[in-house]
Amino acid sequence: MTINFDLATIWAFIIAFAVFAYVVMDGFDLGIGILFPAFGVGEERDTAMNAIAPVWDGNETWLVLGGGGLMAAFPLAYAIVLPALYPPIIAMLLALIFRGVAFEFRWRDPKHRAFWDLAFTGGSFMAAFTQGIALGALLQGIAVSGRAYGGGWLDWLTPFTILTGISTVIAYALLGATWLIWKTEGAPQDHAWRLARIIGPATLAAIVAVSLATPFLDATYFQRWFAMPWVLLSAQVPLLVSLASFLFWRALKLRHERAPFLIALFIFLLCFAGLGISMFPYVVPDQITIWDAAAPERSQVFMLIGAGIMVPIILIYTGFSYWVFRGKVGHDGYH
Amino acid sequence: MFDNADALLLARIQFAFTVSFHFIFPSFSIGLASYLAVLEGLWLKTGKPLYLDLFKYWLKIFAIAFAMGVVSGIVMSYQFGTNWSVFSDKAGPVIGPLMAYEVLTAFFLEAGFLGVMLFGMKKVGPRLHYTATLMVAIGTFISAFWILSVNSWMQTPTGYEINAAGQFVPGPSWWAIVFNPSFPYRLVHTVIAAYLTTALVVGAVGAWHLLKDRKNLHARKMFSMAMWMAALVAPVQIFVGDMHGLNTLEHQPAKVMAMEGHYDSHPDGAPLILFGIPNSAEKRVDYAIQIPKASSLILKHDPDAPLAGLDTIPADRQPPVGVVFWSFRIMVGLGMLMLGLGLFSLFARVRHRLYDWPLLHRFALVMGPAGFVAVIAGWVTTEVGRQPFTIYGLLRTADSASPLAAPAVGASLVAFVLVYFAVFGFGTWYILKLMGKSPHSGEEDISDAPIRTAGITPAQAVEGGR
Repeated sequence: MTINFDLATIWAFIIAFAVFAYVVMDGFDLGIGILFPAFGVGEERDTAMNAIAPVWDGNETWLVLGGGGLMAAFPLAYAIVLPALYPPIIAMLLALIFRGVAFEFRWRDPKHRAFWDLAFTGGSFMAAFTQGIALGALLQGIAVSGRAYGGGWLDWLTPFTILTGISTVIAYALLGATWLIWKTEGAPQDHAWRLARIIGPATLAAIVAVSLATPFLDATYFQRWFAMPWVLLSAQVPLLVSLASFLFWRALKLRHERAPFLIALFIFLLCFAGLGISMFPYVVPDQITIWDAAAPERSQVFMLIGAGIMVPIILIYTGFSYWVFRGKVGHDGYH
Repeated sequence: MFDNADALLLARIQFAFTVSFHFIFPSFSIGLASYLAVLEGLWLKTGKPLYLDLFKYWLKIFAIAFAMGVVSGIVMSYQFGTNWSVFSDKAGPVIGPLMAYEVLTAFFLEAGFLGVMLFGMKKVGPRLHYTATLMVAIGTFISAFWILSVNSWMQTPTGYEINAAGQFVPGPSWWAIVFNPSFPYRLVHTVIAAYLTTALVVGAVGAWHLLKDRKNLHARKMFSMAMWMAALVAPVQIFVGDMHGLNTLEHQPAKVMAMEGHYDSHPDGAPLILFGIPNSAEKRVDYAIQIPKASSLILKHDPDAPLAGLDTIPADRQPPVGVVFWSFRIMVGLGMLMLGLGLFSLFARVRHRLYDWPLLHRFALVMGPAGFVAVIAGWVTTEVGRQPFTIYGLLRTADSASPLAAPAVGASLVAFVLVYFAVFGFGTWYILKLMGKSPHSGEEDISDAPIRTAGITPAQAVEGGR
C-alpha cells in the first residue's frame, strides 16, 4: 500500500503537469485563435499566425499525453470521466480539427482564406469553451455506477459549466494577447496591448466568479477551502491572485513586453493550484480517489521509467524549438 | 427508437470510420518522412540542387498530410475513453503504458522537430535542419512501433494476468506484452506497406509530369527513385505478408478460415479459392474458382495437409466471412499489381525507356492510390477477422463499449462523417493541387506560397544552388 500510495500520487502530479503544460501552451495558441477576428486581414493576421505556427503542434501533444497518461495510470477514471463528458469532448476534438488544419489550409488556398480564418477562430473558441465545460462538469460531480459512468448524456450541461466554459475562453484570450505582446511589434503589438487591457480585468472577473461558485457546489469543497488549518494554505491563493493582478496591470502600464505573459502564466498556475485544493485526492469528486482508479504498480512503474527519462528530454528539445524561433516574428513566414 | 445494440453498432461504425480515415495519413507520412530524409541527405552529400528542389516540393505536401494525421489522431486517443470505456478500464493497465510510451517517445519528437523541419532551414542551417528531418522520420517509425504493439497485443494477447476487478494487468515481463507473437510480423508488414504506398504516390506524381513533359529532370528523378522502391519492396512485401499469414494461422486460425472462405474442413488438402461469393447462410462459397490443394500448399507447405474450416469454430466465435474474404482479395490483388509495376519498370530501365514509355507512366499513374486502398483493405481484413472480440478470445466487442445512449453516438457519428469528408476533402484537394504543379529548379520554400507565387527569385536560386 505504501509504494502504491507514492506511485499514484506521483502519477497524479505528472498528469496534472501534462494538463497544465497543455493549458498554458495550447492556451496561448487557442487564445490567438479566439482573438483572430480582432486583427486586420493581411499582415496583422499573418503575423499573429506566425507567432505560433512552428510550435502549436508540440503544444497540442501535451493534450495527448494528458489523455493517454490518464488511461494508462488511472484507467478507471478515464473510463468514467470520458463517457460522462461525451458531447463536449467530441465537440472539442472536432473543433481542434478545424483549428489544426487551418494553419496549413489558409496559406494554401487564398480564395477560401476567409473561410479557414473562420474555421481557425471557431475551432479555437469551441475547443476552449468545451475544455472549460469539461472542467466545470468534472468539478460539479459525475454520477458513477459500478465501474462505469451512471448518468445521462446531458448531465454536464448546467449554468456552472457554461460559466467555466466562458471563463476558459476569456483566460485563453489573455494568454494569446500577452503572447502577441511578447512576440510581435508594430501594429499587431499595439492591437494586442489594447486587447490585454480589456481582457485582463475580464479574466479576473471570471476567476472571481468561478471561485465564488465552486465552494458552494459541494460541502466538501467548502470544507477544504474554509476549514482550519486548510484555510491558512488555501487563503494564500486568492491573496496571490490579487497581487499578481496588480502586477499585471502595472506591467501593462509600464509597457513591459514579457512580464504580462509571464504574470498571466503565474495566475494560471494559481488557479490550477486552487483546482488541486478542491479536487485532491479525488479524480471523480467524492466518488473515485486516485488510489481507487490507479493502474497496478507494474504499469505505473514501467511508465514512470519512461516518463522519468523522456519528459526532461522533451522539455529540452521543446525549449530548443522555442529558442530557434525566438525574437519577434514577421508577417511573411519564417525564412 | 434506439436500444443498446444500436449504440454498439454506431460506436463500431464510428471507430471504423475514424480509424480508417486516420490511417490514410500516417501510412503516407511514415514513408514520406523517410523519403524527405533521403532527399535532404542526398542534397547534403552531393550538393546537387535537384535534391533540394525535390525536398521542398514534397515538404509542402508532407506539411498538409502530417497536419491531417495529427488532428485525426487526437480523435483516436480520446475515442478509447469516450466510446470504449469498458475496454479502456479493462485493458488500460496493459495497453495504456504502451500508448503513453508512444506519446513520450514519438509524438513529442515529431511535433517538437516539425516546426524546425518546416520553417527552420534559414534559422539553424542545413546540418541541424537535417537532424530535425531525421528526428521527424524516426518519430514516425517509433510511433508505428508502439501503436502496432498495442494492436498486436489485442490480436495475440500474451504476458497478462487478470485481477479481482476483471482488469487485464501486466504479468512479470513487459517484454512478453510488447513483443507478443504477432507484433514483429505486423510491424514489418505495416511499415513496408507505408513505404510502398509512398513510393506509389511519388511514382504517380513523377509519371504525371513525365506524361506532360518527359524531359523534366525533377520528374525523372522522383519517378526513378519511386520505381526502384516499388521494384525492390513489392516482392519483399509479398514474402512478409505470407509470413504474417502463417503467423495468423497459428494464432488466429478462424481469421484465416474467413480469409480463405473455408467454411468446411478439408482433411486431405484444401483448395485455394481465387474468387467466389461467400454465402454465409448456406455456409459455402458460390461460383468458386479454385485451385485444388493450393491453400494447403501455401499455408502448410504440403498439398495434402489437412486444414480445419469454420465448421470447427463455434458460431459465436466466428468472424463475418464476406468482408474478410473480399478485403483480403483486394489487398492481395493490388499487391500483385504493384509487383507487376515494379517488374515493368525494371524491364523499361533495362531497355532505357524508363522516361519515355507512356504505357508505363499511365500504369504508374493509375497505381498512385493503390497503396492506400491496399492498406485499408489489409486493416479491414485483420480487424474484422478478429471479431467478435476486441481482445482476441478474451473480451468481446459487445462487452467493450461505453454505456452511452444511441442518440449521442449517432449524433457524433454524423458529425465525424460530415467534418471528415469536408475538411479532409479540402486537404486532399490541396495536396492534389500541389502535386499538379510541376517540380522545377528553385522550388519555392514552404512559407513562400501562396503569398508570393511569382516564382523564382534570384535569392532563392542562389540558395538552391548552394
